[in-house]
Amino acid sequence: MSGPPVFELADAAVRYGSDALRLDGANLTVRAGACVAIVGPNGAGKTTALRAVLGLVPLARGSARVEGRAVAAWTRAELARGVAVVGQREEPAFPITVEDAVFMGRYPHLGPWRRPGEADRAAVRRALERADVAALAPRWVETLSGGEWQRVRLARALAQEPRALVLDEPTASLDVRHEMELFELVADLVRRDGLAALVVSHHLNVAARFAGRLVLLAGGRIVADDTPRRVLTDPRLSQVFDWPIAVQVLPDGTPQVYPERRPAAGPPPPPPPKESR
Amino acid sequence: MKTLSRGGFVAALLIALVGAAMLGLGVGGSGLGAGDALAALAGGGDATARAIVWELRAPRVVLGFLVGGSLAVSGAALQALVRNPLADPYLLGLSGGASLGAVLAIVAGVASLWAMPLAAFVGALLTIVAVYRLALAAGGGLDSRVLLLAGVVIGAFAGAITSGILSVTESVRVRSAMLWLLGGLGGVGWTGVAALAVYALPALAILVREARALDLLALGEEPAQHLGADVARTKRRVYVAASLLTAAAVAAAGIVGFVGLVVPHAVRLLRGPAHRGLLPAAFVLGGALLIVADAGARTLFAPQELPVGVITAAVGVPLFAVLLRRLATRRLA
Repeated sequence: MSGPPVFELADAAVRYGSDALRLDGANLTVRAGACVAIVGPNGAGKTTALRAVLGLVPLARGSARVEGRAVAAWTRAELARGVAVVGQREEPAFPITVEDAVFMGRYPHLGPWRRPGEADRAAVRRALERADVAALAPRWVETLSGGEWQRVRLARALAQEPRALVLDEPTASLDVRHEMELFELVADLVRRDGLAALVVSHHLNVAARFAGRLVLLAGGRIVADDTPRRVLTDPRLSQVFDWPIAVQVLPDGTPQVYPERRPAAGPPPPPPPKESR
Repeated sequence: MKTLSRGGFVAALLIALVGAAMLGLGVGGSGLGAGDALAALAGGGDATARAIVWELRAPRVVLGFLVGGSLAVSGAALQALVRNPLADPYLLGLSGGASLGAVLAIVAGVASLWAMPLAAFVGALLTIVAVYRLALAAGGGLDSRVLLLAGVVIGAFAGAITSGILSVTESVRVRSAMLWLLGGLGGVGWTGVAALAVYALPALAILVREARALDLLALGEEPAQHLGADVARTKRRVYVAASLLTAAAVAAAGIVGFVGLVVPHAVRLLRGPAHRGLLPAAFVLGGALLIVADAGARTLFAPQELPVGVITAAVGVPLFAVLLRRLATRRLA
C-alpha cells in the first residue's frame, strides 16, 4: 500500500547555536500513501524534526532527503510545489481575505511572473470545498475563529496540489468535530490520492486512530517508531511523559491512552508513637 | 473594503495623476495657467512660455512623480518586509542614512547629479546594516517594533553626524549642502530626472519581480518559506532595491517624509494587499501626491518656496495618527 519514500532522515542531528543537540540520530522514513505521526512531550524535538525534514535547519550530522534527493538541493519553490506545510502559528501583517489567502497556495506554481489561469482558479475552488471553507471565501482572515483559520490554511495547502503534507499540531485549536474532520480529510488524501503525510500531534488518541505509524520522540531522540499498538504501551508512555498513563485497546485494535490521576496524597502519616518508657 | 473594481481603480489613478500633472504644470511664479502650459507643451505660445514650461515646470513635475513614486514603493516593500504597516524609509532611518551619504559627497566636492544617488545609496545600505545590528543586539531582530525603534535611533544618529560634519566644513560647501538638505524639486532639470530614473527603474523592476514573495513574507518568514519563497534572497534584494529607491529620491529632493508611509496604506485600503497591484499603484499615487505637494510648496508662500517635505509632513502626520489608532485597536502593529 505504501509507495516510494518521500521524506527520509538518516542519523539526523540538529543543534541551535551552541546548545545541546535538539535532535539526535533521527532515522525516519515516510512513504507515499502513508500517514506518520510524530508524538512526544513538549520540547521533545517534534517541530525540530519537521524542520530537519523540510531543510529549514542545517543538520549538524546526517542527511535529509525528499523524494530521494537531498533536501538542500531543492529550491524552496520546487519543494513547495510538492510539499505543503501547515505550521503552528501564522498571523498576516495586513488584512487579507480567505480567498486571497488560499490563492497563495498557487504561488509556487506561478513563480514571479505567470498570470493565474483557469487551472489555478479551479485548484483554489476545489481546495476551498474540500477543506469546507468555501462559505468563508469573502471573509477577512482576521475575523475568523482559530479553528476556521486553521482550516483555511489547510485549504491553502491543498491548493498547492502537493504530493506530501506536513502538519504541525494541526488540530490544536479545533473542536472535536473539526479535529475529526481534518484527520478524516488527511486520511482520505493519503488513502485515495496517495499523499504522504507527516503530522505532529499532541493528541495521542487521535494520532493512534489515523496514523499508520507513530514516531515517539523524547529528549531529541526517537524512542519508538512502529504501529500505534506497539508504540503506545503503558510503561513506555508513563516514563516518556513522566506521568502515569494507562493504555486500553479498542475492539478494532486501536490503542487509547488514559492519563491517570496520581494517587491522592493521603493524610500525613501519623507521627511515630512515642516510645514510652 | 475593496470598494473599487480593478478598472475603476486604474481609471481613478490615471485621473489623479493627470489632475496632479495639470496642477503642477499650471502653477508658478510666472502666472502661466494650466491652459497656457498645455499650449506651450504642445509647441504653442511664445518662446518664454515654452522655456518656462519645458525647462522648469515639466522636469519638476516628472521629478516629483518619480520621487514620490520611489518613496511610496520603497515604503510598501519595507512594510511587507518588516511585517509592520508603520515602516517607511524615513522611520527605518534609510532617508537619514541616504542624506548623510549625500552630504558627505557634497562636502567632499564630488556631488554631481549622478554621483549623489550613489553616495546616498551607500549611506542607506550602511544604515540598514546598523539598524539590524542594533535590533539584534537588543535581542529583537525579528520584532518589527524593535526594528522600527532602531531605525528611528539610527536615523537620528545619522542626522546628528550630518550636522556635525556641516559645522566643521568650509562655508561654501556648507551652503550648498544646506540648500540641498532643505529639500525640494527645483533646479535639477531634465538631468536630475534622468539621474533619478537610472537609479530608480532597476530597483523598481527588482521589487516587481519580488512582488509575490512580498505577499508571502507578509504572512511571516516561516510560512513564506513553506509557500516557496527564498526568504533570505528576497530580503536581500528588497533591502537593496528599497535603499536604491530611497537614495535616488533623497539625492534628488532631500528628505521627504510620510509619502512612503501613507500611500501604500491608502492603496491597500482601496485594492487589497497583493503587491503585484500594490507596487505600481503606490508608485502612481505617490507620484501624484508629491506633484500636488510640490505645487503647494511653490504657491502657498509665493514668491518664497517651502521645502516639499514640510507639506508632506503637514499632511502625513495627521494621517499617521489615524493609522496608528486603527492599528492599535486592531492589535496589528
